[in-house]
Amino acid sequence: MAVTTPRKLDAQTLRQDFPIFGHPIHGKPLSYLDSASSSQKPRQVLDAMRTFYETSYANVHRGVYDLAERATAGFEASREKVRALINAPSTAEVIFTRNVTQGLNLVAYAWGLDNLGPGDVAVVTELEHHANFVPWQQIAKRTGAEFRVIGIDDAGELRLDGLDAIAQAGQIKVVAANLVSNTLGTINPIDRLTAWAHEQGAIMVVDAAQAVPHRRVDVQALGCDFLGFTSHKLCGPTGAGALYGRRELLERMSPFEMGGEMIRKVSIEETTWNDLPYKFEAGTPAFVEAYGMGVAIDYITEVGIEAIEEYEHELVGLVLDRLAELPWVTVYGPPAGRRAGIVSFNVDDVHPHDVAQILDSEGVCVRASHHCTQPLMRRLGITATARASFYLYSIPEEIDRLIGGLHKVRKVFA
Amino acid sequence: MDDQLYREIILDHYKNPRGHGVIEDADAEADGMNPLCGDEVSIYVAFAEDGETIEDVKFSGRGCAISQAATSMLMELAVGKTADEVARMPRDELLEEIGVPLQNNPTRLKCALLGLTTLKVALHKAKGTPLPDGLAGFDELELK
Ligand SMILES: Cc1ncc(COP(=O)(O)O)c(C=O)c1O
Repeated sequence: MAVTTPRKLDAQTLRQDFPIFGHPIHGKPLSYLDSASSSQKPRQVLDAMRTFYETSYANVHRGVYDLAERATAGFEASREKVRALINAPSTAEVIFTRNVTQGLNLVAYAWGLDNLGPGDVAVVTELEHHANFVPWQQIAKRTGAEFRVIGIDDAGELRLDGLDAIAQAGQIKVVAANLVSNTLGTINPIDRLTAWAHEQGAIMVVDAAQAVPHRRVDVQALGCDFLGFTSHKLCGPTGAGALYGRRELLERMSPFEMGGEMIRKVSIEETTWNDLPYKFEAGTPAFVEAYGMGVAIDYITEVGIEAIEEYEHELVGLVLDRLAELPWVTVYGPPAGRRAGIVSFNVDDVHPHDVAQILDSEGVCVRASHHCTQPLMRRLGITATARASFYLYSIPEEIDRLIGGLHKVRKVFA
Repeated sequence: MDDQLYREIILDHYKNPRGHGVIEDADAEADGMNPLCGDEVSIYVAFAEDGETIEDVKFSGRGCAISQAATSMLMELAVGKTADEVARMPRDELLEEIGVPLQNNPTRLKCALLGLTTLKVALHKAKGTPLPDGLAGFDELELK
């Protein structure tokens, strides 16, 4: 049996791929602790997109000339990279979107409007980002379906013991949950939720925006019916994302947006739809961005998805230990063993805006907000948190500067 | 820059807010929210006999040091003025009072102006005075 030594991640070296770290903030080195919001971009992605524009640019799926063929090939090669990354059975099941929000709305509209009605129930979790919460809440309203929320315990983990009660609300038709919470870093038991959803005869929709960039995600192993993610959080450009959908469902669904590219034949009387996945890709896609997402997938795959997960796990353990030494800091969410590289916290008697502002003066970027999870904020009895999050280029020195900055916060507000 | 931002006077108003509280049976009131951060403020106004002059004004809610301090200073500025005067008060008058550089920080500018915008909305509802022109930035401000 061949023994493979797991690759270790060398963040200091990887960091040199990211031009942004060459630019100080307020004269201080940049400590970028906001990758959960959006990640920085390596030179490899930026260069590849520029080369694409300079050497292979023409509209995709339109021209017969060589340039158009090259552009199309680059775009479609990226689709295959997405397929392989999440182990989807076929590229026909991989739809390019603008971001994960669009992918989740696609499911809520194209599937939800035709499949939900009075007596049915759409279920989400209290940990959801608004992108996987509001569409289901609103489509349920429009179709007369019930809307239910799986609650969390005080550690920020889903209360699966509440599922039976939720099942009493009617016929569960859809369960929508994120794989990793963007606010608390909670890693959700999607396999168990999927099993429950399928027992109820429901579909399972997964928001993997915080998972795909940081850990191995396999749609076949999860057994989910839809799964979306977004390019800009995985070292790729903005304006691209992908949605996996199970073929039988996609085939039965009506299109979400309509126009060019998604049709087969149009007459005054009638229109027929293009094959999968193009039925769901109306209009000229952001194909250079989709191509750039493919290059970003190559980049993180080369680094090693498992290595990224393991490294972030070390960092989150480190920051939790350091924060635990500060009695005036409250940390939200599960223990290190059960969380991804995301930590939300508050400093006693100081608003997170003020925390983030003072940290900024030290070159430390953290997000201060409700993180698009207002129902979760309400559950925690707060309006906002400061949040530090990591990626493959994060280094322990950034955690030192974060902790140093928090001491300064305390001093200013003493 | 925080050394300029978190001046003594800001921290003083933040820690000891003037006019913090609720006026029962207020003559005018409104709730404001900053959709960016979820911060909320409620403002209550009591008019004098003439029905125009602001005799008492209070605020409640939570927010960052900038929004709390700015609203606290606003309470001191507004007392004794008429509804019309406050409705026409340019935002720069409050910003000068706050005295910290926020021009290059539109996010924090919203924090600073949340109280003033909400007060103007309260007066608009009670007296029909003009709405603040900056309301564009506060789409989700509740007009209850
Ligand atoms: C869990 C989760 N879902 C959805 C989103 C929305 O991503 P996007 O804005 O790229 O659609 C985010 C990030 O903001 C997220 O963290």
